[in-house]
Amino acid sequence: MTDRFRDKIIPVTTVLLILVAVWYVAAVVMNAPFQRDLNRRAGETPDRIAFVGQTLSQPKPTLPAPHQVAQNVFENTFLRRVTSNRSLVYHAWVTLSSTLLGFGFGTVLGILIAVGIVHIRTLDRSLMPWIIASQTIPILAIAPMIIVVLAAIGITGLIPKAMISTYLSFFPVAVGMVKGLRSPEILHLDLMRTYNASRAQVFWKLRVPASVPYLFASMKVAVAASLVGAIVGELPTGAVAGIGSKLLSGAYYSQTIDIWAALVAASVVAALLVAVVGLAGRITERAMGVRPG
Amino acid sequence: MSATSRLWPTVAGLALALVLAVFVLNRLSLPEAVPDTRPVILAAAVAVWLLAWWVNARLSALSPQSRPLRMLRDGFVALSFGVMLLFLWEVVVRAFGIPFILLPPPSAIGARIASSLPILASDVNQTIFHAVFIGYAIGCLAGFVVAILADRFVFLRRSLLPIGNFVSALPIIGVAPIMVMWFGFDWHSKAAVVVIMTFFPMLVNTVAGLAAAGHMERDLMRTYASGYWQTLAKLRLPAAAPFIFNALKINSTLALIGAIVAEFFGTPVVGMGFRISTEVGRMNIDMVWAEIAVAALAGSVFYGVIALVERAVTFWHPSMRGG
Repeated sequence: MTDRFRDKIIPVTTVLLILVAVWYVAAVVMNAPFQRDLNRRAGETPDRIAFVGQTLSQPKPTLPAPHQVAQNVFENTFLRRVTSNRSLVYHAWVTLSSTLLGFGFGTVLGILIAVGIVHIRTLDRSLMPWIIASQTIPILAIAPMIIVVLAAIGITGLIPKAMISTYLSFFPVAVGMVKGLRSPEILHLDLMRTYNASRAQVFWKLRVPASVPYLFASMKVAVAASLVGAIVGELPTGAVAGIGSKLLSGAYYSQTIDIWAALVAASVVAALLVAVVGLAGRITERAMGVRPG
Repeated sequence: MSATSRLWPTVAGLALALVLAVFVLNRLSLPEAVPDTRPVILAAAVAVWLLAWWVNARLSALSPQSRPLRMLRDGFVALSFGVMLLFLWEVVVRAFGIPFILLPPPSAIGARIASSLPILASDVNQTIFHAVFIGYAIGCLAGFVVAILADRFVFLRRSLLPIGNFVSALPIIGVAPIMVMWFGFDWHSKAAVVVIMTFFPMLVNTVAGLAAAGHMERDLMRTYASGYWQTLAKLRLPAAAPFIFNALKINSTLALIGAIVAEFFGTPVVGMGFRISTEVGRMNIDMVWAEIAVAALAGSVFYGVIALVERAVTFWHPSMRGG
């Protein structure tokens, strides 16, 4: 426990504190020109301390101070009704629902593709290179098109965003699962053969258990990717709801504090998602006896 | 002798597939023949698909002895699969009369690329040659330098690594509107987004790579009385090279995504992201597909160049040796 305290908590907190301090200084420096301009027009000459206070409490600062962001997050998370259009919980929920839907589809699709690739040699030779090549393509560029085109034929709301999330999340799962399903050693495969095991038995009793750690590792990557997909998918929908639309409307109306608050919300959602997947992975592995105890 | 004779049915099948494919495309290009001949055309298309699959299956089952032949085989199988996908796309879109807005046929996209080369070139120049390359270089270099610092000072490593791992999972793309506000509409703001997106993967991977050198080798370096920097340059950086290249590859995709998405938040009237978002609004879907094709090509070339450099630099690594 003390080791953990010394090796992890103290260094991380120190650097975080330094970051906050740098943030405050940067906020003062970056907001100063505008504030000086403002004061000159108003004919005010505040002393230095009052001036610093002014730079840290602008309504639309270039860089909002941490306490402004924290206050905004707190107000929009806890003090508003969850159904309110300004509530961060509401927007986070909208984004989260399409993230989860897309992530679910993407994981299933990725697993199916991986099973196909492992069992059908032609598919391996012909499809795998394209899956790898498609990793190099900036897939998010397609996002606005999917949204607008599907809207043109009457499909709006959750599905188009979830499709983008699916698209982003099935690659990591497919690649990770192919690796995982192939991870059993030749020794173990030979042992199964000496047992006269059928292909299905080898699959269910050897390949699937061996692939579980790979599955959860790639699901962590996939869930983060599908959150990005959902956020970007919200950009072209004309700022209706969701963290992405919050970012976009913040950019339009220069509501910098709102943008930062939306970023904080997105980060919290991302951290929660990755943590939940990691936890599910650990529970599954323990239940399967990967880690004794 | 027997190997070549077994190859003949495959070649014949391929030739038949090509002839059928030409027939199908030819029938589709006739303007009024579509309704009554549709079953014939579709049957022919399915036949082409099955034939091509059979050819691929036969080729996959071959195991030529020499390495170039094997690479040729793999390349051909992958390429023919891609061509088949394009072919099916074209046939399905044309035979079923899928609205142009929903999915334009590949031929229309190709024609669009050919007819708007100057626009595409200026977009590539703005987005890739400015935003992506400059941001990528700065981001990767900064990540690398900070990783070396984190390696030199244990305190930094213990603090930066958890933070870096955490930040890697965040949707960093969200800082795009802030960067656009700070650095203006031109490529500088996009490069800034790319810097932030590429920094953390580079940091985390390089730190992991610097820990990759074995204890034996490090002890050997100590017996040679080599200092920190000597060990770093002669042992640990080369040992870290596979990790660093991994980060460079991940970042090549991230950089393109960052630059294109950042352009959705405001640009001058040039750039791939700008073109995609405005042409979507004007329902010029073929232009959007043209931009996506160019982006895909650029991304693949970028990735391929890094992979080639990696092959040249880390030729000693086990993953590079076994063909």
